[in-house]
Amino acid sequence: MLTKTLIAGSTALTLTAGLAAAQTVGFSQIGSESGWRAAETTVTRQQAEERGIDLKFSDAQQKQENQIAALRSFIAQGVDAILVAPVVATGWDAVLEEAKEAEIPVVLLDRMVDSDKELYLTAVGSDLVEEGRVAGRWLVDEVAGAECRVVELQGTTGSSPAIDRKKGFEEGIAGADNIEIVRSQTGDFTRARGKEVMESFLQAENGGKDICALYAHNDDMAVGAIQAIKEAGLKPGTDIKVVSIDAVPDIFLAMAAGEANATVELTPNMAGPAFDALAAYWKDGTMPEKFIQTESKLYTQADDPQAVYEQRKDLGY
Amino acid sequence: MKRLAPQLLTLAAVIVLISLVFPGFLSVEFSNGRLVGAPIDILKRGAPVALLAIGMTLVIATRGIDLSVGAVMAICGAVAAWAIVGGHGLGAALGLALGAGMLCGIWNGLLVAAFGIQPIVATLILMVAGRGVAQLVTQGTILTFSHEGLAFLGSGSLLGVPVPALIWIAAGAVTGLIVRQTALGLLIEAVGVNPRASTLAGLNTRVLLVAVYLIAGLFAAIAGLIVTADIRGADANNTGLWLELDAILAVVIGGNSLLGGRFSILGSLLGAMIIQSINTGILLAGYPSEFNLVIKAGLVVVILMLQSPRLAQVFALPRRAPLARPKEAGE
Repeated sequence: MLTKTLIAGSTALTLTAGLAAAQTVGFSQIGSESGWRAAETTVTRQQAEERGIDLKFSDAQQKQENQIAALRSFIAQGVDAILVAPVVATGWDAVLEEAKEAEIPVVLLDRMVDSDKELYLTAVGSDLVEEGRVAGRWLVDEVAGAECRVVELQGTTGSSPAIDRKKGFEEGIAGADNIEIVRSQTGDFTRARGKEVMESFLQAENGGKDICALYAHNDDMAVGAIQAIKEAGLKPGTDIKVVSIDAVPDIFLAMAAGEANATVELTPNMAGPAFDALAAYWKDGTMPEKFIQTESKLYTQADDPQAVYEQRKDLGY
Repeated sequence: MKRLAPQLLTLAAVIVLISLVFPGFLSVEFSNGRLVGAPIDILKRGAPVALLAIGMTLVIATRGIDLSVGAVMAICGAVAAWAIVGGHGLGAALGLALGAGMLCGIWNGLLVAAFGIQPIVATLILMVAGRGVAQLVTQGTILTFSHEGLAFLGSGSLLGVPVPALIWIAAGAVTGLIVRQTALGLLIEAVGVNPRASTLAGLNTRVLLVAVYLIAGLFAAIAGLIVTADIRGADANNTGLWLELDAILAVVIGGNSLLGGRFSILGSLLGAMIIQSINTGILLAGYPSEFNLVIKAGLVVVILMLQSPRLAQVFALPRRAPLARPKEAGE
């Protein structure tokens, strides 16, 4: 089984290896389980192309053994660096040590591993708590001291984005006594549940008249909730302000229509900062910090949402 | 309707319970040209499970089970959205989606009837693979559309009543009439009780089996259309996820036996409404979301315990005794 994967992996890699470019980087991606991950793959390819890097891509289809096999074949080919988005946190020590012995720097993308920090060059990722904080601070500025009753659509109960984005938002609004979270329920990160739960929020809060803002842990739930608000005869974006996280293309359409107010980006461009760190390392051996945090950028209706939508719609979200 | 008394009592009890936690639960008002209120939400939100439960009742009556209906919902929703986005129009979208549902049903039916594969295994295949098929249709993204005609199925209303509620009530009434006004219901029960004897009695068991799975697929397609229309997008990963289990639960709460035979569509529909009342009640009550599943499970256990014949015997004994005594005294 393992040899079969290895052979399959290496043939795929030889096929993609074109003319020897200045630098060769192997990229082991988890798979394509979500739109965001598909966008990450697309952006990584774009970033490599812009920098003239020859990217060898390997899709692990959610299996760690495929990722380890891919890493070993990258090492055997003597690539200049390896990018890996690890599917799980444990079990990486052996293969990372092999990479270290071969003096190939490894950069982790968007997820962390439980191995010794000396075994990889750096990790690039976002801070989920910070995303929540940015959303919270935006609301504090937006309402400017006015009384505001907020309803919250949480992600899947117990998942780390749900826990951290909830915590971050609460920290963001901590100083503002005028803002209060009155209802908080899980919408499972999906549109359908987001809509259903929002309907019950509207029902329970005087037909929605007592709600001033909605905070959703992801854009999809916000898109569903916006429809529920419209069907209840209220104007999303005006009667009820809508702030969410992720910055997927569809929320920009809603923002362009004035139905959503703000979103915090979870950038799919993890490879850009990784390539920058690698470039400095190749040049004069500069060691980057052990964790490079990507920016949690806030987008509002003032940021020309229609144009942002056009940019993003083809990234594979 | 004496047979349905336990279900009606349970529904009433659940509603009373929710009203205690959330006063004003039963209030319905008319605004913006539509009825608004928690009971209306229940009728509307319960539509997918109610539709699935109709098909599931027939399948279970033949001693089968259909685990694939949730995935079939995803496939049909994806097909409908694909057709609308491709500019083929509403008629094509509905036709293709319903056709896809029936095709899935025929596939299940053939595996069960022609190849003799156990229903739980036969339908498990499509349950697992179906979501993949749906993702192939949507190419892994949420396929959004803006078509008022299709959206009407999910979020429109006629005379103030939400369209999804009208659809499941009509579907239930039509199916109920067909199976009870003809011999079809009796034949389905016969297959469930003893397929061999039914065949020997001259019944074409295979055709009947394929037919019930086809009906289950058709209703799954309608449910998928409603969910997709409601959010104006086909979400292949989540449409109908785990709803097959809610549908089976609705059938069981409705007083039907998983061993096949006698069945009641009305009972299953009441079961679906009981489940949806619990779901909506939990959302309205405002407890932290960590409690959602525990509360639901707790209530379902209580409901099923109350319906258990053995428990009924235990409670029936002391109740009968005081009834008997005054009679004796009177004589």
